Amino acid sequence: MDPIAGNDWMLTALVFAPLAGALVMALFPKEEEGLHKQLALVTSLITLGLGVWLLVDFDYGSAGRIQHWLDKEWIEVIGAGYTIGVDGMSLPLIALTVLVMPLVFVYSWDHIPSPGNAKAFLMLMLILETGMIGTFVAQDLILFFVFFEVVLLPMFFMIAVWGGEDRRYASLKFFLYTLFGSALMLLGFLALFFLSADSLGEHTFNMVDLTNNAGMGIARSSQLLIFGGMFLGFGVKVPMFPFHTWLPDAHTQAPTQGSVILAAVLLKLGTYGFIRIAIPMLPEAAEAWAPYIGLLAVIGIIYGALGCLAQTDMKRLIAFSSVAHMGFVMLGIATLTDFGINAAIFGMVAHGLITGMLFFIAGSVKERYHTLEISRLGGMLVQAPHLGWILGFTAMASLGLPGLAGFWGEFPAILSAYNPANGLAEETFRGYMVVAAVGTVLAAGYLLWLLQRTAMGEPPEEFKNDPEITDVNTFEWIAWTPLLFLIVLFGVAPGLIFEVTDPAVVESLNNCLQLPDGCDGVADAAQAASGG
Amino acid sequence: MLLNQFLLLAAVLFCIGVYGVLVRKNGMLVLMSVELILNAVNINLVAFGTLTDDVGGAVFALFTIAVAAAEVGIGLAIVLLMYRNRRSIDLSEADLLKG
Amino acid sequence: MFATLAAEAVSTVTTVTNDAAWFLENAWIIPLLPAISFALILFFGKRMPYKGAEIGITAVSVSFILAILTGVAWLDHRDHFELEKYGEEQAIAVSDGAASATDTVAYTARFVAAEAGEGGAHPYVAVQSSTQWLQSGGIEFNAGIMVDGLSVMMLFVVTFISLLVHVYSTDYVGGDRRYTHFFAFLSLFTASMLFFVLSDNILQMIVGWELVGVCSFALIGHWWEEKPNSDAALKAFLTNRVGDVGLLVGMITLFFAAGGGKTFDTIKINEAVVQGGVSHTALVVAAACLTAAVMSKSGQFILHTWLPDAMAGPTPVSALIHAATMVVAGIYMVARLYPVFWEGMQIEGSSINLLATVGAITVVGAGLLAFVQDDIKKVLAYSTVSQLGYMAMALGVGAWTAAVFHLFTHAFFKANLFLGSGSVAHAVHSFDMKKDMGGMRKFMPKTYVTFVIGSLALAGVFPLAGFWSKDEILVNTGGWDLLGGSGAAPGSYTFHFVMGMIGAALTAAYMTRCVYLTFHGEYRGGHAAHDDHGHDHEEDAAHGHHGEPHESGPRILYPLYILSAFSILIGFVNLPPGFLAGSKKDPAGWQERFLHFVEPAGSSYFPAVGHATPSWSLAIVASLVAVAGAGFAYYYYFIRLDRLSKQLGESLVAIPNGITTTNVFARAGHTLLVNKYYFDHLYTGIIAGFTKGPLARAANWINQNVIDGTVNKAGESAVQAGQLVYHKIDQAVVDGAVNLSGRVSDASGEELRAINSGKVQNYAALMFAGAAVLAGAFVILLAL
Repeated sequence: MDPIAGNDWMLTALVFAPLAGALVMALFPKEEEGLHKQLALVTSLITLGLGVWLLVDFDYGSAGRIQHWLDKEWIEVIGAGYTIGVDGMSLPLIALTVLVMPLVFVYSWDHIPSPGNAKAFLMLMLILETGMIGTFVAQDLILFFVFFEVVLLPMFFMIAVWGGEDRRYASLKFFLYTLFGSALMLLGFLALFFLSADSLGEHTFNMVDLTNNAGMGIARSSQLLIFGGMFLGFGVKVPMFPFHTWLPDAHTQAPTQGSVILAAVLLKLGTYGFIRIAIPMLPEAAEAWAPYIGLLAVIGIIYGALGCLAQTDMKRLIAFSSVAHMGFVMLGIATLTDFGINAAIFGMVAHGLITGMLFFIAGSVKERYHTLEISRLGGMLVQAPHLGWILGFTAMASLGLPGLAGFWGEFPAILSAYNPANGLAEETFRGYMVVAAVGTVLAAGYLLWLLQRTAMGEPPEEFKNDPEITDVNTFEWIAWTPLLFLIVLFGVAPGLIFEVTDPAVVESLNNCLQLPDGCDGVADAAQAASGG
Repeated sequence: MLLNQFLLLAAVLFCIGVYGVLVRKNGMLVLMSVELILNAVNINLVAFGTLTDDVGGAVFALFTIAVAAAEVGIGLAIVLLMYRNRRSIDLSEADLLKG
Repeated sequence: MFATLAAEAVSTVTTVTNDAAWFLENAWIIPLLPAISFALILFFGKRMPYKGAEIGITAVSVSFILAILTGVAWLDHRDHFELEKYGEEQAIAVSDGAASATDTVAYTARFVAAEAGEGGAHPYVAVQSSTQWLQSGGIEFNAGIMVDGLSVMMLFVVTFISLLVHVYSTDYVGGDRRYTHFFAFLSLFTASMLFFVLSDNILQMIVGWELVGVCSFALIGHWWEEKPNSDAALKAFLTNRVGDVGLLVGMITLFFAAGGGKTFDTIKINEAVVQGGVSHTALVVAAACLTAAVMSKSGQFILHTWLPDAMAGPTPVSALIHAATMVVAGIYMVARLYPVFWEGMQIEGSSINLLATVGAITVVGAGLLAFVQDDIKKVLAYSTVSQLGYMAMALGVGAWTAAVFHLFTHAFFKANLFLGSGSVAHAVHSFDMKKDMGGMRKFMPKTYVTFVIGSLALAGVFPLAGFWSKDEILVNTGGWDLLGGSGAAPGSYTFHFVMGMIGAALTAAYMTRCVYLTFHGEYRGGHAAHDDHGHDHEEDAAHGHHGEPHESGPRILYPLYILSAFSILIGFVNLPPGFLAGSKKDPAGWQERFLHFVEPAGSSYFPAVGHATPSWSLAIVASLVAVAGAGFAYYYYFIRLDRLSKQLGESLVAIPNGITTTNVFARAGHTLLVNKYYFDHLYTGIIAGFTKGPLARAANWINQNVIDGTVNKAGESAVQAGQLVYHKIDQAVVDGAVNLSGRVSDASGEELRAINSGKVQNYAALMFAGAAVLAGAFVILLAL
């Protein structure tokens, strides 16, 4: 994998445009809320524009190589560079981020959660955007780590200040949990840094160099430990069973915008870390860990679904469904095959669109009914027909209906589990496949049950003549239409994403296959050992 | 050379100093005990320097004396301020750091 | 090992072309039109003068015309297509295959002979045109259409029934609160079903399969204000999802197992299986898993329970989706991937297999259940289940053409019956035969005639449609070797033959009962205005239903006439060979036409399926069995019950059925009854009563309690397990562990706080102590 050089500053502009917007906003007093909303929206639209430019400028013919590569000195003492670039794996996720953020700002136009202070709220979201895009373009471990952590703080404040009743508990749990994972992840990065000298001749945090020399002759035991550290760091963020308990709390307490961003983009940082760093750099360890990751993934699928069935709160139910859906993504990753990882990236984008949409709906329901208790809701299709139909549509997308985006994350992931990478036990993964397929039944169960109890039937007495229960308003339409459209578009033409990700995924796995001790080598050795 | 005697002297001085630092309540006496500890170290430095015929020991001893002088200056200032504020230099009363 | 060698000996001959008539290559337009119509109705339907119905009808009409043209093009293609057209290297590849003795080679050799020798015989060449859809793992996957006899037939059935149902619905659901939505979903369903039958790869099949499922969900739950309707919709979707697990696993197995792996292409998978290049284990797994999918989608025991509940949807939906098209998706899938089942189930030369047995049990089980239903649509629903059982059984015993032919004929007469029942229900505003119907013959003579025609066709009365297809299934079971026999049948499935015979008798009997209760006797309705199909009450007043029911309007009747005509005539497209041979009106041109045009015999993607010789003796016996079934029911209802009700001057509802009659007889002039009906009592009371009473009720009980109960229980226990996991494990253990670690650090901090006295001297003491310990450790380390 050799990057396409080019000292253009386009990516840098993309990363820091939101931050610049936030700084501009800092210059104006907080009383001018309208101005702040405009500034934030314009900033995110500029970022979207840059993102579109990136999409247009991207050379799809060589999606497998890193493009817009920029490598500058940054912290010389520790050899960390300002190294950024984008390839087919990160492009869809960047596109998702720059698309979702303007929609969130549109939605914020008349949905600033209490206690108000639009300026701070919007600025935090812009900083968040910089952190998220930065994570996806970083090609240096320290830079990656910095962006990864930049995301944490704004989210913490969004939950802690603008959250629900139990916000302090939820925000602290979110913060501590993720920080704990990050600490171990950083240890893993440092270990890679120190061990990289053995094969590369010098210490480096450069992700491309580390990937090209995957494994680097590091002893198997050390690889396993390093991978373990990263596994905890990324796994908490995903979140994988059993590290998921921060998620329902954070989602339930976060303001709508926070939930949407959390579901749409933040969770993907973890899975992205797996496919960008952990697996390509430590193939041998990845292979050893894969069965356990797969196991946790399918447990998450079933467990998340069962959790959903027990929920009485709509938002919490949607939050739990994320555990199940990210389980499919992780199952795809755990197969270590190009099929599986493609499915995982597709699953990330689809989950971002669909679950983001579900949280938008939950926010709007909360605003109208002032409750999310499923047992109190009902008859939404009568009182707010469009809202009800959109909920139905999104629920169908979420349960993996073919023709909508969710299917292409779920089905290929299940498919890839039939035939995992060489060296992984086929029987184990086929077992996972069946369990995951059963998970789709449960998914249909909880989503349709939710739909039936909230949208169908007659409206309950207490809301029968409530004038606040209105249908979808203009801002909601503007914010939601692109998501709904993309859910259909990617469902009908999945090639749009697969063709971008596929070369990059194949490339990243090729690297590990070329190694004498890489995936294949180990497999052969293992077979030889078991055979003899 | 009678190195042992020097080391013993230094050790005795050090122990007295440590005892003073840990036990005495009077801030002035604690400062003086710190001086005792530093001087015990100085004796060690000079003794070893002479033993190995190395001038470094003496140089470090001089360096320590200079630092000790500065330290006493600041220490006395602290004790003085403490006296001004609390009308007492009893260290057992100064527990603002209590967690 | 052997299979691999054989596959090498026969280099692949693909009887597929991508160069054919325009209509065959561009059949993808047919599903596209209703899909566009769906979007248009959704966005603009409410603003249209006819609320969107006109968009749907236009789109489906054009699709129907295109389907006809495609069909015509196919007939021409089937008889005139030259194999050389699609490339010599493929055509010549059949060289020295005859040397080996495997089936594959023999079949290839026959194919060559047919081509070279007879000259006039043209090979069966499917038309496939596709384009790239997505790429993964460096492999490109196509989306495309595959047109052959089977898909052309399905195109015709789906567009035709859909068109009639569209027209019918403009009257039937006229004035409904969600009229526009109804038509939008009809369009979407039509598009999905057409997409499904045209797909050239299993991935598309999965997509279409699920899409028709979701349309079914939306239409069953069309009146979602009432909880039973949404419950039924949920039940349908979830039961189908259970089967979909089988579908996913089965299809994935095929994807990896067939022909070197990693292809979704239906034809490539089938070819690989035919050539023996697929491991038997994989085929067994795939066939078994796919059978589970068939059980849910096509309502086979034990996953059939959703189908009767699905009658909660509007009647046109029941006719289109739950009788004619969607529920046969499972049958179509088996027919499409037939080599997988042929090899996986080892159909040939066997006498039992999973698919056939599931089908056979369904035939009889559902047939019995149809007896105890009071709701006319439920009778038809169980009948549909039973008939789908015939199709599954036929596929299971190797009677491919018979199954597909039965699918074809069943679509017409069952749609006829459903729409007929809707016509009656439209008049009396209820589906309850016992409470609200009876004597409808007087009020609705036209509906009555069409309904009786449909019933006769369903019962398999000569020469209506059902007779030909049912007879073909029975003869191909190979269970009838008397008088002319059925020697060439693929296997000897005696058990399934017997079940099929019982099913024939049951079918005739329950349809007789249904016709009697609905159309004969006295009118028992008119006492309550039920609102079972979503009319507003002003509408009722306009129709004047408070008086006597009256005949339906033309938009309901004309579809019924057309379907009745088809129910009578459609069986003639596949007359058995030898039928009327030698007579002056020799219809040889009609003999086995269906087989010729539909069954891909001799193509590279179809196994060498044998065909049984039709047997006069069997046809007669089967007819007698059906007539006997009908006769018993006729006697019980038309003669005995009718007379009883007249003599007692009571509505027949008041007269209890079956065994329980004894007590009532004793109370209401038993002498007369006992003396006159002694034999009747024996037959009806004990034999028929036992069948209709305890046995059917037991079956119903098992259905409602055991099977349905298990489904409900499974749902409940899933929720309970969810609650348990959530409260006990998630909240207590996992979350508890997190909170515990927090509390531990908190508590340890509390303990350590004591050390934090704030006194400098204490700190100093600790420091010295620490330094002393470190120094000690240092010394000890040095000493070592």
